[in-house]
Amino acid sequence: MQRRQLLLYGAAGAGVLGLTLFVGWWRVDGPGAPEPKGQRPLPLSAMEFRLTDHEENEVGPGNLIGRPTMVFFGFTYCPDVCPTTLSDISGWLEELGDEASEMNVVFITVDPERDTVEAMAEYVGYFHPVIRGWTGPEDQIARAAEGFRASFERVPTEGGGYTMNHTASVFLFDAEGELVTMIDYHEPREFAVPKIRRALTEDVEGAT
Amino acid sequence: MVKKLRYTNALAVLFTVAGLSAPALAGSEDVVVENAWSRASIGVNRPGAAYMTVRNTGEDAVTLTGLATPLAMMPEIHESKTNSVGVSSMAPAGEITIEPGQSVALEPGGLHAMLMKLQEPMTEGENFPLTLTFSDGGKVTVEVPILGIAARGPEG
Ligand SMILES: [Cu+2]
Repeated sequence: MQRRQLLLYGAAGAGVLGLTLFVGWWRVDGPGAPEPKGQRPLPLSAMEFRLTDHEENEVGPGNLIGRPTMVFFGFTYCPDVCPTTLSDISGWLEELGDEASEMNVVFITVDPERDTVEAMAEYVGYFHPVIRGWTGPEDQIARAAEGFRASFERVPTEGGGYTMNHTASVFLFDAEGELVTMIDYHEPREFAVPKIRRALTEDVEGAT
Repeated sequence: MVKKLRYTNALAVLFTVAGLSAPALAGSEDVVVENAWSRASIGVNRPGAAYMTVRNTGEDAVTLTGLATPLAMMPEIHESKTNSVGVSSMAPAGEITIEPGQSVALEPGGLHAMLMKLQEPMTEGENFPLTLTFSDGGKVTVEVPILGIAARGPEG
């Protein structure tokens, strides 16, 4: 910020200014931005929770190790952000083509009260076939969210119902279960797909 | 470049949420609604959402005050927001003023027509009428096509 201002006041050429702004953006908001401290998810191997997938299999973080993994939180009664995230992810997976089938892609509900195994099965059926839906008891969902450093909160609505505030970022892990990066909600596809490819290739490089 | 586009969008929205009430009596006849679309629902228990661009082609500011549709008992303009730590939330957006020559985009992850208490399921391939009510008493009704659940925009 300070550096940007100094340059603004100085008689730097327009090219230098443009580059500085770009570098500033890259570091602050762009792909070079550091993960906020304390927000970094644990490695999958350090997480502990037990859930049920939409085909009634018992699952946990251990099931995700061995392949690159994409995880996100949401709920099926969410009319805007969640279907948008799911259809964005479906689009990324389509773009990845065959590589998509080498990944785990998991949608964990933050609303287990309404998102039963059957509800999850019906819902994920409308999106890319690689996407799995996980649900389970509330305490296990809470443990999962804690591991990912994700948060969720139940908010009452006027009609007597409720909605859920929740972390909308997509978490990307390599095949060993280490966090590679996160894809923020609203991140353009030009950034998202290369990030996923990075998770896929780190798997190759790491397989020594 | 992409970043810049997003800022432009944000600005377009900023122009419109300024709470100043518009001069009454005129304006809504110059409102044009474009690119309306919505996603199919699973049954009637989950709320639906519809998206569109509302353009004010007139000389006076217009204020969008509410929605009505036979499809849902509680239609309301909502806004989704994602905070600095990535947590998304959704709340009623209140009245929305659109300055002359400006438009408001209702699009995924931002403003949306939230369709609560669906009276019937939203079925892919069908349409439903949605009426936008303005502070000058004018109403604009648009037919909203229902696309698939995984639709990403007006083209599907
Ligand atoms: Cu809403």
